[in-house]
Amino acid sequence: MSEVLLRARDVTRRFGGLMAVDRVSLDLTRGSVHAVIGTNGAGKSTLINILSGELPASGGSVALHGTDVTRWPQPRRARAGIGRSYQRTTIFPNFSVLENCRLAAQARHQRPWAWWSDAAACRVSVPAARAAALRAGLGDELDRPAGTLSHGQRRQLEIAMCLATAPEVLLLDEPLAGMGAEETERMLALLAELKADHAIALVEHDMDAVFRIADVITVMVNGAVLASGAPQAVRANPEVQAAYLGAAV
Amino acid sequence: MTLATFLVQCLNSLQYGLLLFLVASGLTLIFGIMGVINLAHGSFYMIGAYMAYALAPIVGATLGGGFFTTLLIGLVLAVLLGYVLEWVFFSFLYEREHLQQVLMTYGLILVFEELRSILVGDDVHGVQPPDWLAGSIPLGDLMTYPVYRLFISAVCLLLALGMWFVLTRTRLGMTIRAGASNREMVQSLGVDIQFLYRVVFASGVAIAVLAGMVAAPVSSVYPGMGNQVLIICFVVVVIGGIGSIRGALLAALLIGVVDTFGKVVFPQAAGVLIYVLMALILLWKPDGLFKAG
Amino acid sequence: MAMQSGRLASVLIAALGLAVWPLVGGSFSIDLVTKTMIYAIVALSLELLVGGTGLVCFGQAAFFGLAGYAAVKLSPQAAAPSLFWLLPASMAVAAAYALFMGALSLRTRGVYFIMVTLAFAQMAYYVVHDTPLGGGTDGIYLYVKPVAEVAGVLLLDLDNPLAMYYFVLACLAAAFVFLALLMRSRFGRALSGIKINEQRMRATGFSTYPYKLAAFVISGAIAGLGGFLFAVKDGFVNPELLSWHLSGAVLIMIILGGLGHLRGAVLGAFAFALLQELFKSEALFGAFAKHWLLALGLTIIASVALLPRGLIGAGSLLVHRLRRTPRIDVGAGVSR
Repeated sequence: MSEVLLRARDVTRRFGGLMAVDRVSLDLTRGSVHAVIGTNGAGKSTLINILSGELPASGGSVALHGTDVTRWPQPRRARAGIGRSYQRTTIFPNFSVLENCRLAAQARHQRPWAWWSDAAACRVSVPAARAAALRAGLGDELDRPAGTLSHGQRRQLEIAMCLATAPEVLLLDEPLAGMGAEETERMLALLAELKADHAIALVEHDMDAVFRIADVITVMVNGAVLASGAPQAVRANPEVQAAYLGAAV
Repeated sequence: MTLATFLVQCLNSLQYGLLLFLVASGLTLIFGIMGVINLAHGSFYMIGAYMAYALAPIVGATLGGGFFTTLLIGLVLAVLLGYVLEWVFFSFLYEREHLQQVLMTYGLILVFEELRSILVGDDVHGVQPPDWLAGSIPLGDLMTYPVYRLFISAVCLLLALGMWFVLTRTRLGMTIRAGASNREMVQSLGVDIQFLYRVVFASGVAIAVLAGMVAAPVSSVYPGMGNQVLIICFVVVVIGGIGSIRGALLAALLIGVVDTFGKVVFPQAAGVLIYVLMALILLWKPDGLFKAG
Repeated sequence: MAMQSGRLASVLIAALGLAVWPLVGGSFSIDLVTKTMIYAIVALSLELLVGGTGLVCFGQAAFFGLAGYAAVKLSPQAAAPSLFWLLPASMAVAAAYALFMGALSLRTRGVYFIMVTLAFAQMAYYVVHDTPLGGGTDGIYLYVKPVAEVAGVLLLDLDNPLAMYYFVLACLAAAFVFLALLMRSRFGRALSGIKINEQRMRATGFSTYPYKLAAFVISGAIAGLGGFLFAVKDGFVNPELLSWHLSGAVLIMIILGGLGHLRGAVLGAFAFALLQELFKSEALFGAFAKHWLLALGLTIIASVALLPRGLIGAGSLLVHRLRRTPRIDVGAGVSR
C-alpha cells in the first residue's frame, strides 16, 4: 500500500482580510504525482510555500511521516526530506553545475566546524552531487558555469539541486515554465522516473503535461479546493469545466 | 528634579525630537522614494548651519535684511544645490547597489567637509537669533522658556505638517508615492520621473538645510555637526523602521526624551543611552517600530 | 589552472616583499608598513563578511577598537602580561561584541542592516568615549607591553619595532591562510551560497542565521587581532579607534582592492595607505596637503564609480585583454 509522506489538513493562510488559502487538505503519497492547478491568484504558490515552510500557516496542520511539522522552519523541513523548486530559477549562476549540486548536497552533511577541509574534496557531497546531476540529465555539463546554461538546462539544474538533498517529497513550482517541446518531454520523462521513489506535488499551467503525468489533480479556486481526484474525474467535473478548463475539453 | 526643570526638559525633548524628525524624514523620504541611501544628508544640515552663520552678515550688508531674509535665501540656495547635486551625482546612484551608494556618499561627506574647511574654515561659531525671538517667555509662573526654542519646534511642526499634506493630500504627493512603488508605471503615464526625483531630492536637501539654519542659534556651528546628526538620524530610522515617516516621528520623539533626560539624570552615560534604547527596541522588533509606513 | 598558479605566485611574491622590506626601508616606512599590515588584517576580517557572506557591515571599527581597549585595560600596570593570554582575551572581547551586534542585527537585511551595524559601532564608541570604562577623549596608555615568554626564555620583545613588524607580518599571514582555508571549506561555501541567494540556501536545508552569526563572530575576532596589535604597537588607545570613519576606511579598502578576493583586501589596505601618504604629501600638493580628505573623497567616488571591481578586477580585465582570452564572468565565491 502506498505510504502517505506529506499530509496537509485544513491549511489556511490569511493576509489581512484576504483568504489566500482556505482550508485546503491534500495527501502526497510515494509513487504518485499530485498536480495542483488553478487560475492565477488561486493560491497555488502560497500553498506550496506553506508546505515547504517558507510561509507560516494561519491555521491547519502539515505532517511529514506522521510528525507535525506545522511549526517547523523551512530549513528544518528541508533537512527532514521536503525538497522544493522555484518558479523563477534560483540556481547559483557563478558556480559550476557540479558546485551547485554539491552545495545543495552539503545541506545533508554540513560539518561547518571543519574549517581546514576542502569542500570540493568532500567524500559525501561530491558523489551525491554527481549522481543528482546525472539523474537530472546534466551529466555532461558538470563543469559549466551555471549562468551559461540554457533556460531548460537551468530548470533541470533546479531539479538536480532538489535531488541532491535526497528528499522524499518534491514540491515543484511550475518546473515546465518557459520550456520548449523537447525540453518539456525530457522533464516529463524525468518526473515519471522520479515518481517511483518520491511523492511529488506539481503546480503547473501546462494542462497537456498535467493530464499526462498526474495521478491526482487538485483544482483550486480563490484559495479553496474546488475538486480533487483522478484526472479523468476532475476533467469530467462540470464545476471544474465551468470555472477553469472551459467547456470544450 | 523640580517640576520646573521637568517641564523645561520636556520642552527641550520636544524641540530636539522635532528637529531630528525633520532631518531624518528627509533621509528616509529620499531612501523610500528613490532607493538611495545618502550618507551626506548630515552634511546638508551642516551646510545649513554654516550658511546661517556666513550669509547673515552678507544679507544684512547688501539687502538690509534680517533673519528671515537669510532663511529665504538659504532655502533658495539649498533647492538649487539639491537640484544640481541630483542632476550631476545622485541620478547615477539609483541603479547601484547599496554598498556603492554608501561609499560614494561617504566620499561626498569628505568632499563637503573639506570644501567647507577651505571656504569657511574650521572654527566654531555662534549664531544670534533675531532680536524679537531672542527673549524668554514665562510659562505659567513656574519658569521661563527661551522663545527661540519654541520657534524651532513650531517651524519643525509646520514643515512636518506641510510634508504630510503634500504627500497625502495633493496630486504631486500621490505621484511621488506612486513613483516610489512603481517607477515604470508612473513613467508610462506620462510623468517625467527624472524631474520628479529631482524635485523630491531638492526638497529633502532643502529640509535638511533649513533644519540646520534654524537650529544654528541653539546648537552653534561646528565642523562635526553634520556627521553627528547623521548618525543620530540613522538611529531614528533604525528605531522607527526604514521608509516609515510615522516611525521616524515616534522614534525622533523617543530619542529626544531619552537623550535630553539622560543628559540630566545619567550624565556619564549620556551618549550611550539612545543606543541602549535602540538595542531594546530591536530585541522586541527586529525591523524597527513600523515597516514602510 | 594557470590562473590559480598566477594567484598563488602573486601572493607569495607579496609575502616575500613584505618579509624583506625592513632591509630596504627606513624606520619611518617600517612603522608605516606595520600599521598598514594591521589595517590589512582588519580589511581581511571585513572581506569575510562583505565579500564572503554578503553582509555589509559598517561597524568593523568597533571590534578593532574594543580589542585594543581590552588589551590595555586587561594589562596589569606593573608587570608585563603574557602575550599568550592577552592576545586571545582581547580577541574574545571583540568576538563577544560581535556576537551581541550580530544577534540583534542579523535578523534584518539590506540598507537597514548597514545602518544597524553603524549604530551599534557608535554605541561602542560612546561607551569608551563617555563612560568611565574608557579613558575619555584622551584615551589610555599601555604601560608595559606584553611579552611572549616560555619557561623564562623571552621569545618576542615587542618594544623592538623590527620584532613588532615581523610579528604583525606573521599574524597577517596566519589570518590570510586561515581565511583562505575557511572560504574553501564547507562553512565558507555555505557562506558564499548565502551571499548569492539566502532563500535558496534555506530551502535546501541550511539554517542561515547561525552561519551568518558565526561569520560575524569570526570576523570580529580577526578584526580584534588587528586592534590588539595596534594597541601593543603604539602603547596607546583612544576612542578614534572606534570611529565610524575607520569603519568607512576599511570598507573602502576592500572595495578598492577588489571585493570577493582575499588578496584584494590586503592590496586595498596598501593602496589606501599609499593614497593617504600621497595626498598628505606637501611636496606634491603644497598648501592643499592639509585638505587631503578632499582628494581622498574624490578618489573614493571615482574608484567606486569607475572601478566597481576594484584593482584586482581591473587587473584581471587587463590580463584577459592582453592574453586575448574570453572572460567568463564567474567567481567561485571568495578566491585567494
